[in-house]
Amino acid sequence: MIINVQDPSLEAHNLTVIYHRKPVLWNIDFSLPKGEIIGIMGPNGAGKSTLIKAILELAPLNSGYSKIFGKSLNEVRKKVSYIPQRQTIDWDFPASVSDVVMMGRYPSLGLFKRITKSDREIVRLALEQVNMTEYANRQISQLSGGQQQRVFLARALAQQADLYLLDEPFVGVDASTEAAIMQLLRTMKNEGKTIVVVHHDLHTAAEYFNWLVLINASLIASGPTEKVFTDELLRNTYSGKLTVLSQVGDVMREQNFPVREK
Amino acid sequence: MTSDQFIGFLLLEEPNVRMVVAGTLLLCGMAALVGCFTFLRKRSLVGDAVSHSVLPGICMAFLLSGEKNPIILLLGALATGLLSLILMEVLSRNRLTRPDTAISLMLSFFFGLGILLLTYIQHQGNAAQAGLDKFIFGKAASITEADLRLFLFSGIFITASVAILLRGFYLISFDEDFARATGFPIKFLRLSLSVLTVWTVAIGIQAVGVVLMAALLITPALAARFWTHSIGRMLVIAALFGMIAGYTGSFVSYLAPAMPTGPWIVVMATFIAIVSMFLAPGRGLLARWNTRSKNREKTLLENILKLFYQIGEKSGQLQGNILEEDLLNHRAFGHDELRKGLKRLTSKNLLESNLLTYRLTNQGLLEAQRIVRLHRLWELYLQRYLHLEPDHVHDDAEAMEHVITPEIEAQLELILGNPETDPHNTIIPPKA
Repeated sequence: MIINVQDPSLEAHNLTVIYHRKPVLWNIDFSLPKGEIIGIMGPNGAGKSTLIKAILELAPLNSGYSKIFGKSLNEVRKKVSYIPQRQTIDWDFPASVSDVVMMGRYPSLGLFKRITKSDREIVRLALEQVNMTEYANRQISQLSGGQQQRVFLARALAQQADLYLLDEPFVGVDASTEAAIMQLLRTMKNEGKTIVVVHHDLHTAAEYFNWLVLINASLIASGPTEKVFTDELLRNTYSGKLTVLSQVGDVMREQNFPVREK
Repeated sequence: MTSDQFIGFLLLEEPNVRMVVAGTLLLCGMAALVGCFTFLRKRSLVGDAVSHSVLPGICMAFLLSGEKNPIILLLGALATGLLSLILMEVLSRNRLTRPDTAISLMLSFFFGLGILLLTYIQHQGNAAQAGLDKFIFGKAASITEADLRLFLFSGIFITASVAILLRGFYLISFDEDFARATGFPIKFLRLSLSVLTVWTVAIGIQAVGVVLMAALLITPALAARFWTHSIGRMLVIAALFGMIAGYTGSFVSYLAPAMPTGPWIVVMATFIAIVSMFLAPGRGLLARWNTRSKNREKTLLENILKLFYQIGEKSGQLQGNILEEDLLNHRAFGHDELRKGLKRLTSKNLLESNLLTYRLTNQGLLEAQRIVRLHRLWELYLQRYLHLEPDHVHDDAEAMEHVITPEIEAQLELILGNPETDPHNTIIPPKA
């Protein structure tokens, strides 16, 4: 069940990623609609985060390519916002909440442009949207997990992008923050933004997402939630049917084989 | 030392002293500046390895040129420093070795090579080589005018670079993936930072030597981090701390020319770091101890007030006179501790003392009611929502009653629905 769309927000063609000679993503090929909240789901180690990173060129591509709004990443970088996993960051860093949110303005400021009043106003609004106004001057090491996630979201909002890529935003976050984030994502969707979320909790998937991408090293399904969220497809994704694939990967790594003949 | 000598140094009367002090201040300041990013990017050990790796470069530059021209030596230092940095990166990125192994491998290899070359040079019989060994432990007193010119140029260039590229350095230190995704020139920024670091090291070893150079990068940054949460202020404070250490070091170098300067600068820098560790507001140890002892006092005072209330509850006289002994019979306070607590409470006007007895003032009664109320609300909450047995809730509530804020109290009231009794069926005092 792989449904392709016209005029996609994000498309991937034959994406293959190999880390240290071990394939993580095989031949991923999909296209995603605009203006939806899209979930990327799969078991642990399925390559969900890697997929996002590959699209953003943070992970090395071994073959294939991706396009965003029909263009290459370099042409549309400013319209793309990436929210890394909160845990990858050292939060004991000399920065206040508003310092971090201001980083969302860096892409348009570049290395040298001065911060203007309108940048500060955008930061203020972003903090307001995630309900963190009163924490603006708080040192980031004093924040709870949920608050850290809100700060990251505010930073993304300050980028004023059209496509948002969130890597596991609900991990280690309290229920009220999760609800607040979902609320905000829906508001953003209503403003026409496209939101792609790496997610692992099956219980909330159907409720959160309009479109689902199921992967387990390879693409299992991509389509509207009501068509993709079926027992059979989920079983295909989460059962270990791909053990042969990972065995092949192991052999390739051991014997130093290239993935593609040249 | 005579006091004339001392004052002479302070006033920088001798041109030579002026030169040495200016040189040391410059290089300690810039090392601290660049070191802030080494520290924030958690590259302290890499900094150490790079420092050791510049030695063979200096020796080779000398062997090739046959003279101690500071610019040529600097170029040699830059070459092997960067080479070592690149090799560390290649080794760990391709998983040939783990990062820590790569660091220690490069450190020992390049330093070993440097020592070999140095020994070779010393046995060569070239008179110009005298003084090359200062690069191992440093010797601020040997700074020449040519050195100083180079230091000045480097200092201006490095400070200006940090100021101009600050935003980029800040971003890659905090969140490199985000920086890369947004299209920041990561490679350029990383390379710039590497070049600036190696350059700083190559300059700094004049004063502290390769062995201790890493301390000059890291220690002021560490000390500064205790005092501030802002990157701008951290850079300024670190530079200042570095300079203070450098000044002291050059002073020693002036008094005892045979003494290596490096160790003195490092000892001073470490001293500043330790003092910061103790004194810094918020993060410092003293501040933490202070909070802890304040918490302990709060707990003691609140426990005493609560006891007055409980005894009063039983006797039916909430503001009755109570003997110290009665208090001790009801609860295992230390004798001195209780005395201290009673005194504090009296001075805070929460208790009234009357010869040997004490009683709650009106204000004290309100405070006691508040604490008892929080204690019992919490017990009820634990019983209802954590399903603990009534005889298991007391100890936990004992600790929590001291930390519950008015906001949490309001929430408790909301979910418990303004209850009247606690799990032991005693009355919860109403809100004041």
